[in-house]
Amino acid sequence: MGATTTKIVAVTGNQAVAEALRQLNPDVMPAYPITPSTGIMESFTKFVSDGKVDTETILVESEHSAMSACIGASAAGGRVATATSAQGLALMWEMLHIASGYRLPILMALVNRALSAPLNIHGDHSDGMGMRDCSWIQLFSENAQEAYDNTIMAYRIAEHKDVRLPIAVNMDGFIISHSIESMTFIPDAEVKKFVGDYIAIDPLLDIDHPKSIGALVLPDYYMEHKRAQHEAMLNAKKVISDVSAEFARLFGRKYDLFESYRLEDAEVVLVALNSAAGTIKDEVDRYREKGVKAGLLKPRVFRPFPYEEVGAALKNAKAVCVMDRADSYGGYGPLFMEIASAVQPHRGPVLFNKVYGLGGRDLMPLDVDQLIDETIEVAKTGKAKMVKEYITVRN
Amino acid sequence: MAEMIEIRWHGRGGQGTVTAAKVLADACLSGGRNVQAFPEYGPERAGAPLRAYNRVSEKILRMHCPVLNPGVVAVVDATLLDAINVAEGAKDDAVFIINTGKDPKDVRLKLKAKATQKVFTVDASKIAVETIGRNMPNSCMLGAVNRATGIVGMDVLLDDVKGSFGKKFAQKIIDGNLAAVKRGYEEVKEG
Repeated sequence: MGATTTKIVAVTGNQAVAEALRQLNPDVMPAYPITPSTGIMESFTKFVSDGKVDTETILVESEHSAMSACIGASAAGGRVATATSAQGLALMWEMLHIASGYRLPILMALVNRALSAPLNIHGDHSDGMGMRDCSWIQLFSENAQEAYDNTIMAYRIAEHKDVRLPIAVNMDGFIISHSIESMTFIPDAEVKKFVGDYIAIDPLLDIDHPKSIGALVLPDYYMEHKRAQHEAMLNAKKVISDVSAEFARLFGRKYDLFESYRLEDAEVVLVALNSAAGTIKDEVDRYREKGVKAGLLKPRVFRPFPYEEVGAALKNAKAVCVMDRADSYGGYGPLFMEIASAVQPHRGPVLFNKVYGLGGRDLMPLDVDQLIDETIEVAKTGKAKMVKEYITVRN
Repeated sequence: MAEMIEIRWHGRGGQGTVTAAKVLADACLSGGRNVQAFPEYGPERAGAPLRAYNRVSEKILRMHCPVLNPGVVAVVDATLLDAINVAEGAKDDAVFIINTGKDPKDVRLKLKAKATQKVFTVDASKIAVETIGRNMPNSCMLGAVNRATGIVGMDVLLDDVKGSFGKKFAQKIIDGNLAAVKRGYEEVKEG
């Protein structure tokens, strides 16, 4: 563990991510603020006005333009970041593919929010799941500390020569973005040293070496480009592990591809992303005290998804309840589909899927208890009564 | 002190209730404690009822959900006593701190508080008008809550109020708020 001096602060998730961005000091930050990510830009533009960063902010006319400006600035050779949520991310969607296809290591702070309609500003994961297939690395964060730490690690992952893909750091809207929690910041100099200088690859502003980006590629080469992205994603898994290990050595906080909470001998397991995991951990402890072998698996890296590792971690469980804060209507929840794929080679536990917390609906400890009780029952009978079901919802 | 203190604040939009919860969280960082402060977000409008929450604990706070069984209930606007049940879910040994000029014994009856629960009152609106110049009762309530709960040292709380308000307001306003915190602490009554 590093002998780093860190200060404990009480800040919102948005302030924590804005502080990370200040320390990362990107060259360009185009954004079109949208609730609940607005606080990030509010804090960051103050840093710009106060001369605390060298960043050029570009306040554009839409999120589509924000991502387009990110792409231009990144292709030019800059280190680039943006922040968005929900409909904003949805409007970026076309350009998300351009960013990854051009292999530009852009950083996005994604404050998860429900998609309209009906109009709702609160937290769920429908925005993040909508970018699943866009070839962006996706990290999820339980609390402000994890959102900060993931943001500090993001460029090291995205910019790695074996990766060169854009990266999105997720945290729950309002539940984390607008709540004050105690956490620690890493000193500026140590962040600077950890992140290092940006080395652009083939920047357009290197005018002595002119080049084209975005050329037409017909059937003769398109597929090779896409396979290269696939391989970059495979490489990203090792890079994420390496960067996280270095981070743990320097700063003392350990992150894996997913968090295993009391999982080793667990028979009944809940799987959940982001802030719900904290509430679940408290309930897992309560059930452990009662003698129930309960555990939690919390994915941190959603893309690239660590199928082999998750499969190995779950193969000895008897029943697994996968909790989705988003739905793929007419299909199973997006997290459930990944867990099912991961477990499939193992003839492992009985899986079932609960959709919860859409549009910011609270997940209370009692709701978690009901899920653990049901998982215990499924472990006993070896059968789930329904594969997929909405919980905490009116009939 | 209990392992974890959970506070529920009831106020109306525009009274600085959320700010009070935030300042209290910041002050409670002292001594290496873990804190949370979060409002219940809705369509905010001045005058609309709102809730905010604090958790303070020696242990790491992991749960991310509203407080259902508060040990402390702070009511920043006494008209809410007629509108909602502020005692809902309160622990058997809960402490209530109400902004009102009424006698705490009368408020105890109104709340139907249990014998094991404590009821405090302070005329925070009057004190706010006298110290700050307008009905902004949050600072005074902070002092009263601190007296009723002993959650943090007064010097630390005053420092934090100074720090939080110092970023936004003129010295006169800061001094008024500091005086309000002190008077809240001194004038709160138990009954």
